[in-house]
This record gives sequence, C-alpha cells and structure tokens, in this order.
Amino acid sequence: MNQDWILSQQVGRVLTLTLNRPEARNALSTDCLALLVQHLEQADADDGVGCVVLTGSARFFAAGADLRELQQQNVAVTLTDRRPQVWRRFCAFSKPVIAAVNGYALGAGCELALASDIVICGENARFGLPEITLGLMPGAGGTQRLIRCVGKSLAYRMVLSGEVIDARQALVAGLVSEVCVDTLTLEKAQWLAAVIARQAPLALRAAKAALKQAQETTLENGLLAERQLFTVLAGTEDRREGIAAFFDKRSPEFKGR
Amino acid sequence: METPMILTHIESGVLTLTLNRPDRLNSFNDEMHNQLAEALKIAELDDKVRCLLITGAGRGFCAGQDLNDRNVSVDQETPDLGLSVERFYNPLIRRLNAMPKPIVCAVNGVAAGAGAALALACDITIASSSASFIQSFCRLGLVPDSGGSWFLPRLAGRARAMGMALLGDKVSARQALEWGLIWQVVEPEALVGYTRNLARHLATQPTYGLGLIKHAINSSATNTLDQQLDLERDLQRLGGRSADYREGVSAFVAKRQPVFCGK
Repeated sequence: MNQDWILSQQVGRVLTLTLNRPEARNALSTDCLALLVQHLEQADADDGVGCVVLTGSARFFAAGADLRELQQQNVAVTLTDRRPQVWRRFCAFSKPVIAAVNGYALGAGCELALASDIVICGENARFGLPEITLGLMPGAGGTQRLIRCVGKSLAYRMVLSGEVIDARQALVAGLVSEVCVDTLTLEKAQWLAAVIARQAPLALRAAKAALKQAQETTLENGLLAERQLFTVLAGTEDRREGIAAFFDKRSPEFKGR
Repeated sequence: METPMILTHIESGVLTLTLNRPDRLNSFNDEMHNQLAEALKIAELDDKVRCLLITGAGRGFCAGQDLNDRNVSVDQETPDLGLSVERFYNPLIRRLNAMPKPIVCAVNGVAAGAGAALALACDITIASSSASFIQSFCRLGLVPDSGGSWFLPRLAGRARAMGMALLGDKVSARQALEWGLIWQVVEPEALVGYTRNLARHLATQPTYGLGLIKHAINSSATNTLDQQLDLERDLQRLGGRSADYREGVSAFVAKRQPVFCGK
C-alpha cells in the first residue's frame, strides 16, 4: 500500500484528505479506500479534528474503482470481498465529511461523494455511475443513495444508461449543495468545514446521527430517535455554553463535554 | 504535403488561425474541423499564447458547412446532421466560449450559417466593411446552429434575430455593427493591420484577469443577478491573487507602465 495515495493536511480543526493517485485518475482500489478509512478512523479518535474535507485533483475527484482488481474477481471471490466492510467503516465515521469535487466523480468516486455528508463541486464537475456500460452495476450505495437524493427518474436514468450529469444538473437534483468556480471549490469546502468544526462536537455527532436515521427508518421512529438525541444534549456543558454565549452576544467556547 | 486547411502562426503572443479553403469560401468539412480542433489545442496549452486571432483566407470568412461534404449528401439515406453538430460544431463553440484568453475575429468577407455563428462566438469581432452576415439555414429547412439561435437574440434582440433567422437575408457589416452583433467595422485594406494590432495589444494585457472577465460575462447569460454577484465576488477573489494585479497596482502607484505576465 502506498501511503502517498492519501495526502493529509490539517488546519485548525479541519482535516483535508486528498486522493492522490494521478496515474490511476484517483481510482479507488480497495487498498486506497482502506487507507482513506484508516485516516478517517484516526480522525474520529482525534479530539482536535472537527470536520473532514475529502477532495481529489482538478480533473478527477475519483474516476471509479480499480477495474483490474474487479477483473480478477469471480463470484466466490466477490462474495468474500472485504470491500463492503471498508465502505461500512467509511459510513461509520461519526464526524461531518464534506466532499469537494472537481472534475470527474464516477462509479465508486460518485458513490464516495454520495456517502459523504455534504458535496460542494466546481462548475466543471461531472457525476456518473457508468458501471452498467461495463456489464456490472453500482456496488457501494450507488443504487440506494442516489435515488434518495435525486429521485426516481434521474436515478434510474443515470444507473441504467451510465450517462454522466454536470454540476448544474447535480445542483438542481439535490446531489450537491453548492456549485462554485473550480479553483475555489476546495477553499469553499474548507471554509464551510471550519464553520462546522467550530460547533459543539457532541451536538455535531448527535445531529449527524439523527440525519442518518432519516434514511434508515420510518418518520415516526426517526422523530423518536431525534428526540432522544436532543434530550441527550440537554445534559451537556456545551449546550449551556452555547445558549449563554448567545445571550451574552459572544462566541461560544465549546469543550466537547 | 497537402495544403493545411487551418494555417497557424504565433507571433508576439498572438496565435493567428486562418481558415484556409479559399476556393470553397472556407466552408467546413470534417477534416477542417479536425485541424481547427488541433490548432485550438495550441491555444489552450501554450502559455505563451495570450490572444487568439481568427480570420479567413481569400475573399470569404467562412460559409459554414460545406454542402458538398458527405455529411449533407441527399442521394442517400437521411443524414443525421445532429451528429455533425454534436461532434464538431458544438465542441468548437464550447471551446471558444471556455477559452480563458481573448479571441479576436477578423471577418474579412461573407460569414454565413455556422460561419456567422463562429464570428459571433468570438470575444471581439471586427468586420471589413465589405463583409456580410447571413443566417442561411432557413433556406434549406434548417435551424441556426453552432449557437446561432442563442447569440442572435442576445446580441441583436428578438425582432432582429427573428428577421435574420427566418428571412436569411444578407446583413451588411455596417448593419451588424449598428445592431450590436459586432464590435467594429474597418475598411477592407485596414482589416489585417487593425486586428493584428488589437490582438497584440490584448496579448500584453493581464491575460488571467481577461479570462476571468470572459467567464463572468459568459456566465451572465444564464445567471440571475444574485448568482452573478456571487460569481463576481469569487472571480474578484481570484483576480486579486494574480501577479498581474500586484504589478498593475504597483505600476499605478509608481506612475510607470505596467508589464503584465498574464498570470
């Protein structure tokens, strides 16, 4: 495994992880994905990290999985593939993740963006699930997460035809929250991450857990879970500090307690 | 070797592209499209090129699609003209639009069909007083392509766009100037010198900043005021970080001529 596949840089409480396999257009081989998850797990345990930004290069966020790897897998090997486990670990990351996408986010790259909490992209970004054109299909959330954010018609179209959509379509469809000038994508994501990273860590954790619930359960159970998480925060120091700072008209100082 | 259909020449930071099929009024065929696409690569990749100048050889500028070319043969199955638009014309217009360097067009003679659209897609279009613009598509049962139906109403207004597109009449260079389709008209013998000097001037200017301006103005066509204000803020942020901005300010303070590097 090449440690350079993921570049890591921390400024304040924002950790930026950059996919760095230019020779493979940032293809997400299992090893590369596992390395990314290692970084996230370290960040999860690190109180100094409040939010993570995930990005690629100017032309490629990530252009899919490693096809050579897939080529060698028959049914038996695929059944015992460790890759789904690696994805599960990605999704278990408890802090906010922002994907800053420039260029192509295809296949697994698109699924990585979909699995992130917020996506910001450049004007020339492209999103697509071209698996179908290779005789396979999305295998890491593509058919599930896409339809939940862009709706039935566009999701079916993208999955069944393999056609890519541009940044504007992605914005209109709700796949991304903001489109900006390419050269500012990373900066904007980091700026947003800094805003998020200033918030109370426990509240962020609970809010992210509540938002994830929304995809998993019925509205009634979701509301119940939300209320429980809300109640848990009532006992935190940071909640008292947050409200007190609001009345004192000053910035709160959160301690994660 | 056969005569190239696109002549390229780089001098003083200006890449001059000359459409070179004078016997066919520089009309496009597939090969000419391929050569033009190659030539545009130079403009996109070479930092030394800081301005593009497009013109035509001989008496015409560009008569659009060469109707003799196989794309539009009528003796066989119905041709898929959409394919030719998709493969050649649309990418060409998109590339000109996205090119972060100024593009000057010297319209030396008739600009018809896609040739007229090509001239309108450039950033600063100068026409010889003997030049003319024709939206000839309507005479063949076709639609203005290569952005023609987009540029015309934006530049000249709906009434004039409709008139030009539905009637297909020849519009003189002077008329085109009056309607706001182009930037200047000059006498035929002055066209080459005038446009060359203009292009050379642009090639000494803050190229990166000019690219941002293009971006802003081209985006304004589809943005709301709110979106455009946000975009201006973002582009200004980028412009403020350029070496040319520093140079411009320090030259202004020192009361000297700035020397821009284009970055």
